Amino acid sequence: MTIEIMARHDSGTFTLDVATVTDGRLTALFGPSGSGKTTLINIVAGLLRPNAARVVVNGRVLMDSARNIFLPVHQRRIGYVFQEARLLPHLTVRQNLSYGRWFTPRAERRARFGAIVDMLGIAPLLDHKPARLSGGEKQCVAIGRALLADPEVLLMDEPLASLDEARKAEIAPHIERLRDEARIPILYVSHSVAEVSRLADDVLLMDQGRVTAQGPAAEVIRRLDLLPLNERAEGGSLIAMQVDDYDSGFDLTTLTAAAGVARVPGQWGPKGAAVTLRIRARDVIIATRQPDHLSALNVFQGTVTSLAPSGAAGLTVTLDCGGTALVSALTRYSAHNLGLHEGQEVHAVVKSVSVAPNR
Amino acid sequence: MTDWLTLSPAEATAVALSLKVALWAMLASLMPGVAVALALARGRFWGKTLLNGVVHLPLVMPPVVTGYLLLLTLGRKAPLGQFLADHLGLVFSFRWTGAALACAIMGFPLMVRAIRLSIEAVDRRLEAAAGTLGASPLWVFLTVTLPLALPGVVAGMILSFAKAMGEFGATITFVSNIPGETQTLPSAIYSLTQVPGGDLGAFRLTLVSIAISLAALMASEVLARRVAHGVAA
Repeated sequence: MTIEIMARHDSGTFTLDVATVTDGRLTALFGPSGSGKTTLINIVAGLLRPNAARVVVNGRVLMDSARNIFLPVHQRRIGYVFQEARLLPHLTVRQNLSYGRWFTPRAERRARFGAIVDMLGIAPLLDHKPARLSGGEKQCVAIGRALLADPEVLLMDEPLASLDEARKAEIAPHIERLRDEARIPILYVSHSVAEVSRLADDVLLMDQGRVTAQGPAAEVIRRLDLLPLNERAEGGSLIAMQVDDYDSGFDLTTLTAAAGVARVPGQWGPKGAAVTLRIRARDVIIATRQPDHLSALNVFQGTVTSLAPSGAAGLTVTLDCGGTALVSALTRYSAHNLGLHEGQEVHAVVKSVSVAPNR
Repeated sequence: MTDWLTLSPAEATAVALSLKVALWAMLASLMPGVAVALALARGRFWGKTLLNGVVHLPLVMPPVVTGYLLLLTLGRKAPLGQFLADHLGLVFSFRWTGAALACAIMGFPLMVRAIRLSIEAVDRRLEAAAGTLGASPLWVFLTVTLPLALPGVVAGMILSFAKAMGEFGATITFVSNIPGETQTLPSAIYSLTQVPGGDLGAFRLTLVSIAISLAALMASEVLARRVAHGVAA
Protein backbone atom coordinates (compact mmCIF):
# COMPACT_ATOMS: atom_id res chain seq x y z
CA MET A 1 0.00 0.00 0.00
CA THR A 2 1.90 3.01 -1.25
CA ILE A 3 0.69 6.49 -2.04
CA GLU A 4 2.99 8.77 -3.94
CA ILE A 5 2.10 12.45 -4.23
CA MET A 6 4.03 15.20 -5.94
CA ALA A 7 1.99 18.37 -6.31
CA ARG A 8 2.55 22.01 -7.03
CA HIS A 9 -0.36 24.42 -7.05
CA ASP A 10 -0.61 28.17 -6.98
CA SER A 11 -4.00 29.68 -6.32
CA GLY A 12 -2.84 33.29 -6.13
CA THR A 13 -2.86 33.70 -2.37
CA PHE A 14 -1.71 30.19 -1.50
CA THR A 15 1.05 27.97 -2.79
CA LEU A 16 1.16 24.24 -2.27
CA ASP A 17 4.40 22.40 -2.89
CA VAL A 18 4.49 18.82 -1.70
CA ALA A 19 6.43 15.71 -2.62
CA THR A 20 5.93 12.66 -0.46
CA VAL A 21 5.56 8.90 -0.38
CA THR A 22 3.70 7.09 2.35
CA ASP A 23 3.02 3.41 2.93
CA GLY A 24 1.03 3.88 6.11
CA ARG A 25 -2.32 2.17 6.54
CA LEU A 26 -3.63 5.44 7.91
CA THR A 27 -1.59 8.50 7.03
CA ALA A 28 -2.64 11.65 8.82
CA LEU A 29 -2.28 14.98 7.05
CA PHE A 30 -1.84 17.13 10.08
CA GLY A 31 -1.43 20.87 10.44
CA PRO A 32 -3.17 24.15 11.22
CA SER A 33 -6.12 25.27 9.11
CA GLY A 34 -4.94 26.81 5.89
CA SER A 35 -1.86 24.59 5.69
CA GLY A 36 -3.09 22.87 2.53
CA LYS A 37 -4.28 19.52 3.91
CA THR A 38 -7.67 19.58 2.21
CA THR A 39 -6.16 21.01 -0.98
CA LEU A 40 -3.80 18.03 -1.04
CA ILE A 41 -6.49 15.37 -0.74
CA ASN A 42 -8.66 17.22 -3.23
CA ILE A 43 -5.75 16.85 -5.64
CA VAL A 44 -5.64 13.11 -4.90
CA ALA A 45 -9.42 12.97 -5.40
CA GLY A 46 -9.32 14.88 -8.66
CA LEU A 47 -11.64 17.58 -7.33
CA LEU A 48 -8.88 20.10 -7.90
CA ARG A 49 -6.62 20.26 -10.90
CA PRO A 50 -3.23 21.56 -9.76
CA ASN A 51 -0.66 23.31 -11.92
CA ALA A 52 1.55 20.24 -11.80
CA ALA A 53 1.18 16.92 -10.03
CA ARG A 54 1.91 13.25 -10.05
CA VAL A 55 -0.36 11.05 -7.95
CA VAL A 56 0.15 7.30 -7.82
CA VAL A 57 -1.90 5.00 -5.58
CA ASN A 58 -0.75 1.38 -5.31
CA GLY A 59 1.01 1.68 -8.65
CA ARG A 60 -2.01 3.18 -10.40
CA VAL A 61 -1.33 6.60 -11.91
CA LEU A 62 -4.24 8.93 -11.14
CA MET A 63 -2.54 12.01 -12.45
CA ASP A 64 0.76 12.85 -14.07
CA SER A 65 0.93 16.32 -15.54
CA ALA A 66 4.30 15.53 -17.15
CA ARG A 67 2.65 12.77 -19.18
CA ASN A 68 -0.62 14.66 -19.56
CA ILE A 69 -2.58 12.12 -17.55
CA PHE A 70 -5.57 13.35 -15.57
CA LEU A 71 -8.14 10.77 -14.55
CA PRO A 72 -11.47 12.50 -13.90
CA VAL A 73 -12.77 12.14 -10.36
CA HIS A 74 -15.34 9.47 -11.19
CA GLN A 75 -12.69 7.15 -12.63
CA ARG A 76 -10.27 7.39 -9.71
CA ARG A 77 -11.84 4.73 -7.50
CA ILE A 78 -11.53 6.83 -4.37
CA GLY A 79 -13.73 6.93 -1.32
CA TYR A 80 -14.12 10.40 0.09
CA VAL A 81 -15.60 11.08 3.52
CA PHE A 82 -16.21 14.81 3.78
CA GLN A 83 -16.32 16.87 6.94
CA GLU A 84 -20.03 17.40 6.41
CA ALA A 85 -21.42 14.02 5.44
CA ARG A 86 -22.81 15.21 2.08
CA LEU A 87 -25.44 12.48 1.89
CA LEU A 88 -27.80 12.84 -1.04
CA PRO A 89 -30.94 14.27 0.58
CA HIS A 90 -33.43 12.84 -1.92
CA LEU A 91 -32.27 9.25 -1.42
CA THR A 92 -32.78 6.93 1.54
CA VAL A 93 -29.83 5.72 3.60
CA ARG A 94 -29.96 2.42 1.70
CA GLN A 95 -29.86 4.20 -1.65
CA ASN A 96 -27.05 6.46 -0.47
CA LEU A 97 -25.05 3.41 0.57
CA SER A 98 -25.67 1.69 -2.75
CA TYR A 99 -25.01 4.77 -4.85
CA GLY A 100 -21.35 4.02 -5.53
CA ARG A 101 -22.08 0.37 -6.35
CA TRP A 102 -24.22 1.38 -9.31
CA PHE A 103 -21.05 2.66 -10.92
CA THR A 104 -18.78 -0.21 -9.90
CA PRO A 105 -18.41 -3.00 -12.45
CA ARG A 106 -20.10 -6.13 -11.10
CA ALA A 107 -16.87 -8.14 -11.11
CA GLU A 108 -15.13 -5.55 -8.95
CA ARG A 109 -17.73 -5.36 -6.20
CA ARG A 110 -15.93 -6.84 -3.22
CA ALA A 111 -17.39 -4.85 -0.32
CA ARG A 112 -20.36 -6.65 1.18
CA PHE A 113 -23.39 -4.51 1.93
CA GLY A 114 -24.48 -6.48 4.99
CA ALA A 115 -21.01 -6.66 6.52
CA ILE A 116 -20.44 -2.94 6.25
CA VAL A 117 -23.91 -2.05 7.54
CA ASP A 118 -23.28 -4.33 10.53
CA MET A 119 -19.80 -2.99 11.18
CA LEU A 120 -21.10 0.59 11.31
CA GLY A 121 -24.27 -0.34 13.17
CA ILE A 122 -26.56 1.49 10.77
CA ALA A 123 -29.02 -1.29 9.98
CA PRO A 124 -31.94 0.45 11.76
CA LEU A 125 -31.45 3.57 9.63
CA LEU A 126 -31.60 2.01 6.18
CA ASP A 127 -35.04 3.25 5.22
CA HIS A 128 -34.68 6.76 6.62
CA LYS A 129 -33.93 9.88 4.65
CA PRO A 130 -30.68 11.64 5.69
CA ALA A 131 -32.58 14.64 7.10
CA ARG A 132 -33.75 12.45 9.99
CA LEU A 133 -30.27 11.30 11.05
CA SER A 134 -28.05 12.80 13.73
CA GLY A 135 -24.63 14.16 12.81
CA GLY A 136 -22.86 11.02 13.98
CA GLU A 137 -25.25 8.73 12.13
CA LYS A 138 -24.81 10.74 8.94
CA GLN A 139 -21.04 10.42 9.21
CA CYS A 140 -21.33 6.64 9.72
CA VAL A 141 -23.48 6.37 6.60
CA ALA A 142 -20.99 8.52 4.69
CA ILE A 143 -18.18 6.16 5.69
CA GLY A 144 -20.23 3.14 4.64
CA ARG A 145 -21.13 4.79 1.35
CA ALA A 146 -17.47 5.43 0.57
CA LEU A 147 -16.49 1.86 1.43
CA LEU A 148 -19.26 0.30 -0.66
CA ALA A 149 -17.88 2.05 -3.74
CA ASP A 150 -14.90 -0.33 -3.40
CA PRO A 151 -12.31 2.43 -3.36
CA GLU A 152 -8.60 1.88 -3.76
CA VAL A 153 -7.84 4.69 -1.37
CA LEU A 154 -10.00 6.27 1.31
CA LEU A 155 -9.80 10.03 1.82
CA MET A 156 -11.19 11.44 5.05
CA ASP A 157 -11.39 15.19 5.53
CA GLU A 158 -11.75 15.84 9.26
CA PRO A 159 -14.64 13.40 9.49
CA LEU A 160 -14.94 13.95 13.25
CA ALA A 161 -14.45 17.70 13.36
CA SER A 162 -18.12 18.65 13.24
CA LEU A 163 -19.15 16.15 15.92
CA ASP A 164 -19.33 16.48 19.69
CA GLU A 165 -17.07 14.45 21.97
CA ALA A 166 -19.61 11.68 22.53
CA ARG A 167 -20.13 11.18 18.79
CA LYS A 168 -16.37 11.26 18.19
CA ALA A 169 -15.89 8.52 20.75
CA GLU A 170 -18.60 6.55 18.96
CA ILE A 171 -17.08 6.80 15.49
CA ALA A 172 -13.35 6.64 16.21
CA PRO A 173 -13.43 2.86 16.84
CA HIS A 174 -15.01 2.37 13.40
CA ILE A 175 -12.13 4.25 11.82
CA GLU A 176 -9.68 2.12 13.80
CA ARG A 177 -11.34 -1.02 12.46
CA LEU A 178 -11.18 0.35 8.93
CA ARG A 179 -7.49 0.98 9.35
CA ASP A 180 -6.89 -2.52 10.69
CA GLU A 181 -9.29 -4.54 8.55
CA ALA A 182 -10.20 -2.78 5.35
CA ARG A 183 -6.85 -3.16 3.54
CA ILE A 184 -7.38 0.22 1.91
CA PRO A 185 -4.84 2.97 2.51
CA ILE A 186 -6.42 5.95 4.26
CA LEU A 187 -5.42 9.60 3.97
CA TYR A 188 -6.86 11.34 6.99
CA VAL A 189 -6.96 15.11 7.37
CA SER A 190 -6.89 16.32 10.94
CA HIS A 191 -5.85 19.26 13.06
CA SER A 192 -6.12 17.43 16.36
CA VAL A 193 -3.17 15.76 18.08
CA ALA A 194 -5.55 13.55 20.04
CA GLU A 195 -7.08 12.17 16.83
CA VAL A 196 -3.76 11.76 15.07
CA SER A 197 -2.11 9.96 17.97
CA ARG A 198 -5.03 7.62 18.28
CA LEU A 199 -5.56 6.81 14.61
CA ALA A 200 -2.48 7.43 12.48
CA ASP A 201 0.51 5.24 11.86
CA ASP A 202 2.21 7.70 9.54
CA VAL A 203 1.95 11.46 9.97
CA LEU A 204 2.54 14.17 7.41
CA LEU A 205 2.92 17.44 9.23
CA MET A 206 1.98 20.36 7.00
CA ASP A 207 2.42 24.10 7.30
CA GLN A 208 1.76 26.81 4.70
CA GLY A 209 1.50 24.40 1.82
CA ARG A 210 4.62 22.41 2.64
CA VAL A 211 5.42 19.20 4.46
CA THR A 212 7.45 20.15 7.53
CA ALA A 213 7.88 16.65 8.97
CA GLN A 214 6.90 13.11 8.19
CA GLY A 215 7.23 9.90 10.15
CA PRO A 216 5.57 7.49 12.55
CA ALA A 217 2.98 9.20 14.75
CA ALA A 218 5.08 8.77 17.91
CA GLU A 219 8.03 10.58 16.36
CA VAL A 220 6.06 13.52 14.94
CA ILE A 221 3.78 14.08 17.93
CA ARG A 222 6.70 14.59 20.30
CA ARG A 223 8.26 17.29 18.11
CA LEU A 224 6.57 20.11 20.01
CA ASP A 225 8.53 22.72 18.05
CA LEU A 226 6.89 21.56 14.81
CA LEU A 227 3.30 21.22 16.03
CA PRO A 228 0.82 23.98 15.21
CA LEU A 229 0.69 26.54 18.02
CA ASN A 230 -2.87 25.84 19.06
CA GLU A 231 -2.16 22.11 19.39
CA ARG A 232 1.30 22.35 20.95
CA ALA A 233 -0.10 21.79 24.44
CA GLU A 234 -1.44 18.43 23.25
CA GLY A 235 1.93 17.24 21.96
CA GLY A 236 3.85 14.57 23.82
CA SER A 237 4.88 10.95 23.81
CA LEU A 238 3.16 7.82 22.55
CA ILE A 239 4.26 4.68 24.35
CA ALA A 240 3.26 1.19 23.28
CA MET A 241 2.44 -0.92 26.35
CA GLN A 242 0.85 -4.20 27.32
CA VAL A 243 -1.95 -4.91 29.77
CA ASP A 244 -0.52 -6.80 32.72
CA ASP A 245 -3.21 -6.89 35.35
CA TYR A 246 -6.59 -5.42 36.24
CA ASP A 247 -7.55 -4.58 39.83
CA SER A 248 -11.33 -4.50 40.00
CA GLY A 249 -11.30 -3.15 43.59
CA PHE A 250 -9.63 0.10 42.51
CA ASP A 251 -10.75 -0.19 38.86
CA LEU A 252 -7.14 0.19 37.81
CA THR A 253 -5.20 -1.49 35.00
CA THR A 254 -1.47 -2.06 35.24
CA LEU A 255 0.45 -1.66 31.99
CA THR A 256 4.03 -2.67 31.32
CA ALA A 257 6.67 -1.84 28.75
CA ALA A 258 10.43 -1.49 28.60
CA ALA A 259 9.91 2.13 29.62
CA GLY A 260 8.43 1.05 32.95
CA VAL A 261 5.10 0.37 34.60
CA ALA A 262 1.98 2.53 34.38
CA ARG A 263 -1.32 2.39 36.19
CA VAL A 264 -4.38 3.74 34.46
CA PRO A 265 -8.02 3.97 35.54
CA GLY A 266 -10.51 1.60 33.95
CA GLN A 267 -10.20 -1.80 32.36
CA TRP A 268 -8.13 -2.00 29.18
CA GLY A 269 -8.64 -5.41 27.70
CA PRO A 270 -7.33 -8.84 28.72
CA LYS A 271 -3.80 -9.56 29.93
CA GLY A 272 -1.35 -9.10 27.08
CA ALA A 273 -3.56 -6.70 25.10
CA ALA A 274 -1.56 -3.97 23.36
CA VAL A 275 -2.44 -0.36 24.10
CA THR A 276 -0.92 3.02 23.40
CA LEU A 277 -0.31 5.42 26.20
CA ARG A 278 -0.33 9.11 25.30
CA ILE A 279 1.48 11.40 27.70
CA ARG A 280 1.32 15.11 27.03
CA ALA A 281 4.65 16.86 27.48
CA ARG A 282 3.07 19.44 29.78
CA ASP A 283 1.84 16.65 32.09
CA VAL A 284 5.37 15.39 32.82
CA ILE A 285 7.23 16.68 35.87
CA ILE A 286 10.96 16.05 36.14
CA ALA A 287 12.53 15.08 39.47
CA THR A 288 16.23 14.56 39.94
CA ARG A 289 15.72 12.35 43.03
CA GLN A 290 13.35 9.43 43.58
CA PRO A 291 10.08 11.22 44.45
CA ASP A 292 7.86 9.93 47.25
CA HIS A 293 4.69 10.99 49.03
CA LEU A 294 3.10 11.79 45.67
CA SER A 295 -0.43 11.27 44.45
CA ALA A 296 0.77 10.74 40.87
CA LEU A 297 0.62 7.04 39.98
CA ASN A 298 3.19 6.89 37.27
CA VAL A 299 6.88 7.54 37.57
CA PHE A 300 9.27 6.56 34.81
CA GLN A 301 13.04 6.47 35.04
CA GLY A 302 15.16 7.77 32.22
CA THR A 303 18.22 9.53 30.93
CA VAL A 304 18.11 13.08 29.55
CA THR A 305 19.03 12.91 25.88
CA SER A 306 18.35 16.48 24.82
CA LEU A 307 17.30 19.87 26.06
CA ALA A 308 15.81 22.08 23.38
CA PRO A 309 14.67 25.66 23.95
CA SER A 310 11.01 26.25 23.14
CA GLY A 311 9.94 29.86 23.05
CA ALA A 312 11.56 32.46 25.29
CA ALA A 313 10.88 30.80 28.64
CA GLY A 314 10.33 27.16 27.74
CA LEU A 315 12.42 24.08 27.31
CA THR A 316 11.59 20.67 25.90
CA VAL A 317 13.40 17.86 27.67
CA THR A 318 13.64 14.48 25.96
CA LEU A 319 14.28 11.40 28.08
CA ASP A 320 15.27 7.91 27.08
CA CYS A 321 13.18 5.54 29.18
CA GLY A 322 14.33 2.03 28.35
CA GLY A 323 14.57 2.84 24.65
CA THR A 324 11.34 4.84 24.49
CA ALA A 325 11.41 8.61 24.14
CA LEU A 326 9.47 10.64 26.69
CA VAL A 327 9.22 14.42 26.35
CA SER A 328 8.53 16.97 29.03
CA ALA A 329 7.82 20.69 28.69
CA LEU A 330 9.49 22.75 31.40
CA THR A 331 10.44 26.34 31.96
CA ARG A 332 14.10 27.15 31.44
CA TYR A 333 14.06 28.44 34.99
CA SER A 334 13.14 25.01 36.45
CA ALA A 335 15.70 23.25 34.31
CA HIS A 336 18.33 25.71 35.48
CA ASN A 337 17.39 25.23 39.15
CA LEU A 338 17.51 21.46 38.80
CA GLY A 339 20.80 21.70 36.91
CA LEU A 340 19.50 19.44 34.16
CA HIS A 341 22.08 18.29 31.65
CA GLU A 342 22.36 15.66 28.96
CA GLY A 343 23.13 12.15 30.20
CA GLN A 344 21.60 12.83 33.61
CA GLU A 345 19.48 10.13 35.27
CA VAL A 346 16.08 11.59 36.24
CA HIS A 347 12.58 10.56 37.23
CA ALA A 348 9.58 11.60 35.16
CA VAL A 349 6.40 12.02 37.16
CA VAL A 350 3.32 11.78 34.96
CA LYS A 351 0.24 13.68 36.10
CA SER A 352 -2.20 12.22 33.63
CA VAL A 353 -2.27 9.86 30.70
CA SER A 354 -4.74 8.87 28.05
CA VAL A 355 -4.95 5.37 26.71
CA ALA A 356 -6.09 3.99 23.38
CA PRO A 357 -6.27 0.41 22.12
CA ASN A 358 -3.17 -0.24 20.11
CA ARG A 359 -2.91 0.44 16.39
CA MET B 1 -82.26 25.39 -17.17
CA THR B 2 -78.51 25.20 -17.40
CA ASP B 3 -78.51 25.32 -21.17
CA TRP B 4 -76.71 28.64 -21.13
CA LEU B 5 -73.76 26.87 -19.50
CA THR B 6 -73.38 24.28 -22.25
CA LEU B 7 -70.52 24.96 -24.64
CA SER B 8 -71.37 25.14 -28.31
CA PRO B 9 -69.41 22.71 -30.52
CA ALA B 10 -67.25 25.58 -31.78
CA GLU B 11 -66.45 26.67 -28.24
CA ALA B 12 -65.66 23.11 -27.17
CA THR B 13 -63.29 22.83 -30.12
CA ALA B 14 -61.49 25.99 -29.03
CA VAL B 15 -61.08 24.64 -25.48
CA ALA B 16 -59.78 21.28 -26.68
CA LEU B 17 -57.41 22.95 -29.13
CA SER B 18 -56.12 25.29 -26.44
CA LEU B 19 -55.36 22.38 -24.12
CA LYS B 20 -53.62 20.51 -26.93
CA VAL B 21 -51.56 23.56 -27.92
CA ALA B 22 -50.57 24.34 -24.33
CA LEU B 23 -49.65 20.73 -23.58
CA TRP B 24 -47.44 20.48 -26.66
CA ALA B 25 -45.92 23.88 -26.03
CA MET B 26 -44.98 22.77 -22.52
CA LEU B 27 -43.64 19.36 -23.53
CA ALA B 28 -41.70 20.66 -26.52
CA SER B 29 -39.93 23.34 -24.49
CA LEU B 30 -39.08 21.05 -21.56
CA MET B 31 -35.86 19.51 -22.89
CA PRO B 32 -34.47 22.71 -24.44
CA GLY B 33 -35.59 24.57 -21.34
CA VAL B 34 -33.58 22.28 -19.03
CA ALA B 35 -30.59 22.42 -21.37
CA VAL B 36 -30.59 26.22 -21.61
CA ALA B 37 -31.21 26.58 -17.87
CA LEU B 38 -28.26 24.27 -17.18
CA ALA B 39 -26.04 26.22 -19.56
CA LEU B 40 -27.02 29.52 -17.94
CA ALA B 41 -26.70 28.19 -14.39
CA ARG B 42 -23.47 26.26 -14.73
CA GLY B 43 -21.89 27.01 -18.07
CA ARG B 44 -18.93 29.28 -18.59
CA PHE B 45 -18.79 30.14 -22.24
CA TRP B 46 -18.48 33.03 -24.58
CA GLY B 47 -21.86 34.56 -25.44
CA LYS B 48 -23.61 33.48 -22.23
CA THR B 49 -24.96 37.00 -21.70
CA LEU B 50 -26.19 37.02 -25.29
CA LEU B 51 -27.96 33.66 -24.84
CA ASN B 52 -29.54 34.96 -21.66
CA GLY B 53 -30.77 38.04 -23.53
CA VAL B 54 -32.18 36.09 -26.46
CA VAL B 55 -34.02 33.69 -24.16
CA HIS B 56 -35.63 36.56 -22.29
CA LEU B 57 -36.51 38.63 -25.37
CA PRO B 58 -40.08 37.26 -25.72
CA LEU B 59 -40.73 38.41 -22.18
CA VAL B 60 -39.96 42.06 -22.95
CA MET B 61 -40.89 42.37 -26.63
CA PRO B 62 -44.48 43.05 -27.65
CA PRO B 63 -46.01 39.58 -28.37
CA VAL B 64 -47.09 40.84 -31.77
CA VAL B 65 -43.45 41.42 -32.64
CA THR B 66 -42.54 37.86 -31.64
CA GLY B 67 -45.42 36.58 -33.76
CA TYR B 68 -44.38 38.69 -36.70
CA LEU B 69 -40.76 37.51 -36.43
CA LEU B 70 -42.02 33.92 -36.47
CA LEU B 71 -44.06 34.73 -39.56
CA LEU B 72 -40.97 36.21 -41.21
CA THR B 73 -38.74 33.21 -40.44
CA LEU B 74 -41.15 30.29 -40.57
CA GLY B 75 -43.90 31.54 -42.87
CA ARG B 76 -44.67 29.68 -46.09
CA LYS B 77 -42.57 32.03 -48.16
CA ALA B 78 -39.67 32.32 -45.78
CA PRO B 79 -36.60 30.19 -46.72
CA LEU B 80 -36.47 28.36 -43.38
CA GLY B 81 -40.21 27.74 -43.41
CA GLN B 82 -39.98 26.36 -46.94
CA PHE B 83 -37.01 24.18 -46.07
CA LEU B 84 -38.81 22.66 -43.07
CA ALA B 85 -41.95 22.09 -45.13
CA ASP B 86 -40.13 20.50 -48.07
CA HIS B 87 -37.66 18.32 -46.19
CA LEU B 88 -39.25 17.52 -42.85
CA GLY B 89 -42.90 18.03 -43.64
CA LEU B 90 -43.08 20.50 -40.77
CA VAL B 91 -45.47 23.35 -41.50
CA PHE B 92 -46.04 25.94 -38.80
CA SER B 93 -47.81 28.86 -40.39
CA PHE B 94 -51.58 28.83 -40.00
CA ARG B 95 -51.47 25.41 -38.31
CA TRP B 96 -52.03 24.41 -34.68
CA THR B 97 -48.35 23.40 -34.56
CA GLY B 98 -47.49 27.05 -35.21
CA ALA B 99 -49.72 28.07 -32.31
CA ALA B 100 -47.89 25.58 -30.10
CA LEU B 101 -44.53 26.95 -31.27
CA ALA B 102 -45.56 30.54 -30.60
CA CYS B 103 -46.82 29.58 -27.14
CA ALA B 104 -43.66 27.60 -26.39
CA ILE B 105 -41.46 30.56 -27.29
CA MET B 106 -43.55 32.97 -25.24
CA GLY B 107 -43.42 30.66 -22.20
CA PHE B 108 -39.77 29.72 -22.65
CA PRO B 109 -38.23 32.56 -20.57
CA LEU B 110 -40.54 31.73 -17.65
CA MET B 111 -39.66 28.04 -17.80
CA VAL B 112 -35.92 28.63 -18.15
CA ARG B 113 -35.90 31.10 -15.30
CA ALA B 114 -37.66 28.75 -12.88
CA ILE B 115 -35.40 25.81 -13.77
CA ARG B 116 -32.23 27.91 -13.74
CA LEU B 117 -32.94 29.25 -10.25
CA SER B 118 -33.53 25.75 -8.88
CA ILE B 119 -30.36 24.38 -10.52
CA GLU B 120 -28.38 27.26 -9.03
CA ALA B 121 -29.78 26.33 -5.62
CA VAL B 122 -28.45 22.76 -5.83
CA ASP B 123 -25.49 22.26 -3.49
CA ARG B 124 -22.50 21.62 -5.74
CA ARG B 125 -20.73 19.82 -2.93
CA LEU B 126 -23.32 17.07 -3.26
CA GLU B 127 -22.47 16.79 -6.94
CA ALA B 128 -18.78 16.53 -6.07
CA ALA B 129 -19.59 13.79 -3.56
CA ALA B 130 -21.50 11.84 -6.22
CA GLY B 131 -18.50 12.21 -8.52
CA THR B 132 -16.17 10.68 -5.94
CA LEU B 133 -18.53 7.70 -5.79
CA GLY B 134 -17.96 7.02 -9.47
CA ALA B 135 -20.79 8.93 -11.14
CA SER B 136 -19.81 10.57 -14.42
CA PRO B 137 -20.96 14.16 -14.98
CA LEU B 138 -23.98 12.95 -16.96
CA TRP B 139 -25.01 10.55 -14.18
CA VAL B 140 -24.42 13.25 -11.57
CA PHE B 141 -26.79 15.48 -13.51
CA LEU B 142 -29.43 12.78 -13.88
CA THR B 143 -29.28 11.36 -10.34
CA VAL B 144 -28.40 14.41 -8.24
CA THR B 145 -28.84 17.77 -9.97
CA LEU B 146 -32.11 17.04 -11.78
CA PRO B 147 -33.92 15.36 -8.86
CA LEU B 148 -32.87 18.16 -6.51
CA ALA B 149 -33.97 20.78 -9.05
CA LEU B 150 -37.28 19.00 -9.69
CA PRO B 151 -39.46 21.53 -7.84
CA GLY B 152 -38.15 24.22 -10.19
CA VAL B 153 -38.70 22.02 -13.23
CA VAL B 154 -42.29 21.39 -12.20
CA ALA B 155 -42.85 25.08 -11.53
CA GLY B 156 -41.37 25.91 -14.92
CA MET B 157 -43.67 23.46 -16.66
CA ILE B 158 -46.74 24.86 -14.98
CA LEU B 159 -45.71 28.43 -15.82
CA SER B 160 -45.13 27.45 -19.44
CA PHE B 161 -48.52 25.71 -19.62
CA ALA B 162 -50.33 28.64 -18.04
CA LYS B 163 -48.61 31.11 -20.32
CA ALA B 164 -49.57 28.99 -23.34
CA MET B 165 -53.21 28.86 -22.26
CA GLY B 166 -53.34 32.65 -22.21
CA GLU B 167 -51.08 33.46 -25.18
CA PHE B 168 -52.86 35.70 -27.68
CA GLY B 169 -50.72 38.30 -29.46
CA ALA B 170 -47.96 36.14 -30.91
CA THR B 171 -50.34 33.33 -31.80
CA ILE B 172 -52.87 35.44 -33.65
CA THR B 173 -50.10 37.25 -35.54
CA PHE B 174 -48.28 34.08 -36.57
CA VAL B 175 -51.10 31.60 -37.23
CA SER B 176 -54.17 33.85 -37.32
CA ASN B 177 -57.53 32.85 -35.88
CA ILE B 178 -58.84 29.86 -37.82
CA PRO B 179 -61.65 28.02 -36.00
CA GLY B 180 -60.72 24.38 -35.49
CA GLU B 181 -57.08 24.88 -36.49
CA THR B 182 -55.56 27.85 -34.70
CA GLN B 183 -58.43 29.39 -32.74
CA THR B 184 -57.38 28.94 -29.11
CA LEU B 185 -59.39 30.02 -26.07
CA PRO B 186 -58.21 33.63 -25.99
CA SER B 187 -58.73 34.13 -29.71
CA ALA B 188 -62.17 32.52 -29.49
CA ILE B 189 -63.14 34.85 -26.64
CA TYR B 190 -61.80 37.79 -28.63
CA SER B 191 -63.79 36.75 -31.71
CA LEU B 192 -66.98 36.30 -29.68
CA THR B 193 -66.71 39.78 -28.22
CA GLN B 194 -66.45 41.17 -31.76
CA VAL B 195 -69.79 39.76 -32.96
CA PRO B 196 -73.30 40.75 -31.81
CA GLY B 197 -74.80 38.19 -29.40
CA GLY B 198 -71.48 36.61 -28.60
CA ASP B 199 -71.37 37.80 -25.00
CA LEU B 200 -72.81 34.61 -23.50
CA GLY B 201 -70.28 32.47 -25.38
CA ALA B 202 -67.44 34.72 -24.30
CA PHE B 203 -68.65 34.44 -20.72
CA ARG B 204 -68.79 30.62 -20.90
CA LEU B 205 -65.25 30.46 -22.26
CA THR B 206 -64.11 32.89 -19.59
CA LEU B 207 -65.47 30.52 -16.93
CA VAL B 208 -63.65 27.61 -18.58
CA SER B 209 -60.48 29.66 -18.72
CA ILE B 210 -60.71 30.49 -15.01
CA ALA B 211 -61.37 26.83 -14.17
CA ILE B 212 -58.33 25.64 -16.13
CA SER B 213 -56.09 28.30 -14.58
CA LEU B 214 -57.23 27.35 -11.08
CA ALA B 215 -56.71 23.65 -11.79
CA ALA B 216 -53.19 24.33 -13.07
CA LEU B 217 -52.35 26.37 -9.97
CA MET B 218 -53.68 23.68 -7.65
CA ALA B 219 -51.87 20.96 -9.55
CA SER B 220 -48.61 22.88 -9.20
CA GLU B 221 -49.23 23.28 -5.46
CA VAL B 222 -49.82 19.55 -5.01
CA LEU B 223 -46.88 18.57 -7.20
CA ALA B 224 -44.54 21.01 -5.49
CA ARG B 225 -45.54 19.67 -2.09
CA ARG B 226 -45.06 16.07 -3.19
CA VAL B 227 -41.66 16.86 -4.68
CA ALA B 228 -40.56 18.80 -1.60
CA HIS B 229 -41.65 15.86 0.55
CA GLY B 230 -39.57 13.51 -1.58
CA VAL B 231 -36.48 15.64 -1.09
CA ALA B 232 -36.72 16.40 2.59
CA ALA B 233 -38.46 13.68 4.55
